[in-house]
Amino acid sequence: MGMTQAERILARATGNESVVAGEFIVADIDLALLHDIFAAQVFDTLADVGFDDVFDPERTVVVIDHLVPAPSAEAAAIHQRIRDHVTRLGIEAFYDSGTGICHQLLPEHGHIRPGSLVVGTDSHTTTYGALGAGGTGIGTSDMVYALATGRLWFRVPETIRFELTGSLQPTVTWKDVILYLAGRFGADAAQYKAMEFGGEAASRADMSSRLTVANMAVEMGAKFGLFAADDITNSYLLDHGGIGCEPFGPHDDAVYETVHEISLSDLEPQIAMPNEVDRVGPIADAEGLTIQQAFLGSCTNGRIEDLRAAAEVLAGKHIAPGVRLLVVPASRDVLKEAMETGVLATLVDAGASVLPPGCGPCFGGHGGLMAPGERCIGTHNRNFIGRMGSPDAEIFLASPATVAASALAGAIADPRDQGVKHA
Amino acid sequence: MPETLVQGRVWRFGNDISTDVLSPGTYAVAPLEIRKLHVLESVNPVFASECQPGDVIVGGSNFGCGSSRETAPENLKAVGVACVVAESLARIFMRNAVAVGLPVLVCEGVHDVFEEGQVIAVDLATGAVTNRTTGDTYQGDSLPEEMRTILSAGGILEVLRTRANG
Ligand code: SF4
Repeated sequence: MGMTQAERILARATGNESVVAGEFIVADIDLALLHDIFAAQVFDTLADVGFDDVFDPERTVVVIDHLVPAPSAEAAAIHQRIRDHVTRLGIEAFYDSGTGICHQLLPEHGHIRPGSLVVGTDSHTTTYGALGAGGTGIGTSDMVYALATGRLWFRVPETIRFELTGSLQPTVTWKDVILYLAGRFGADAAQYKAMEFGGEAASRADMSSRLTVANMAVEMGAKFGLFAADDITNSYLLDHGGIGCEPFGPHDDAVYETVHEISLSDLEPQIAMPNEVDRVGPIADAEGLTIQQAFLGSCTNGRIEDLRAAAEVLAGKHIAPGVRLLVVPASRDVLKEAMETGVLATLVDAGASVLPPGCGPCFGGHGGLMAPGERCIGTHNRNFIGRMGSPDAEIFLASPATVAASALAGAIADPRDQGVKHA
Repeated sequence: MPETLVQGRVWRFGNDISTDVLSPGTYAVAPLEIRKLHVLESVNPVFASECQPGDVIVGGSNFGCGSSRETAPENLKAVGVACVVAESLARIFMRNAVAVGLPVLVCEGVHDVFEEGQVIAVDLATGAVTNRTTGDTYQGDSLPEEMRTILSAGGILEVLRTRANG
């Protein structure tokens, strides 16, 4: 019997010929990711329970990305503790403050291999499914265990497959696709399950788009959000780390819990409305609502492709009075490319404030928080109450083009009305 | 061999019992002794005070949905819950429950075949769920050895502590 991509990943990690959905297994971890919100606590606990080492310093990655640059003395002290632990434990894959967001850096620096099993103390660890890897979020106690032993138990998930066909219209992006899926199927549609994104449309999607979709798979409850590794994956890996890959995906006769066939040809720009990621409709549902803030960034949509898409809308124009446009490149490499290609100048000329690479205002930590009654449209992945400051502020989620068009208009706007790439 | 049999009184809850219900945000950072008194209070105000050590929760689908807070299973364990048997469990809740040493088991159909106060017996190794009051037995998903070892040690950190000192 054939296996789904999730089953293949977990079979490999378990050393079994095959595993089936529903089975409990103990798997070897290929890579463990920690970021600055939990790393110090996890390393302290690890020492407390009696372990002086991590299972493999070369398969442990630590990123300081959430609180950068440190917004408080407490945050700075936590960062200091993390640096001490990292040195003590001999962890070389350490990305200090300002390098970028973990989910951007790990693919960008060649840490993610198709078919591998990656755990992180962050729910958006699903992002690595874009490269065909099984990435998933775990709690801090589980992470302590994973670091001590290199192993962790898992339940092999059932898989929901999305066969995506057709071609996206100009100005409609894969962010719109994943928002649409969340809206149509709901925030718990994939609870404890894997999602597989396949079909001709998925096989044409570039890596940046795949990262966006896999990133948000967790907003539907998914344990993994998987794309097959193919030629596009191979060239991305050759460009980032220099080691290509073989194709890797589900078996042709894999058994799925459900298969949804969806054509993307008629999809319109989508928007998620407060305060749920699955409260989604076509852009017309929110058009015209005034905004005070527009946010372009995060591990969902802070890549060069996203900045470029926004710059195309904003080129030669200026954002509306009363709007703050925050741009947070997902990594230093993204920032550099945006500088070298003129994208950054276009954004700044249009009135953007550029913040250093990191999580920025995405989770409401610091840098661009909102007052009661304010409204923000952002490219990130969550619009829960209080996620960006005041619990009485509203957050809408959309694509970079939609966010840019809204910043220009001073109100939520349809990117198709900006005369850019209009079909 | 880890202890695999659990037997106790049933407390019954419905679908989508969230981590907000299991660990209300207001008491999120309160000490465990205070925090545990509010577990499930929004759906059953007497549960926390009347739950006896060894009692078992029978839940509906998506039990433990919501955030990744480890305090949710911690609270249940602290008031004496010996096991959660549910139609389905939210992913992170299940992981965290095992991590803090609270046995959990998925058993399809379990919600409708128990009434509050009946006596339930759960065999974590085989997945057998028995209604001691009616005598009927149902088949749930068994827990693998590795998970049972974590549970009988009292949580994943205790396993490590023992290993480090052994
Ligand atoms: S950018 Fe936002 S979603 Fe991504 S890791 Fe940072 S806080 Fe989390």
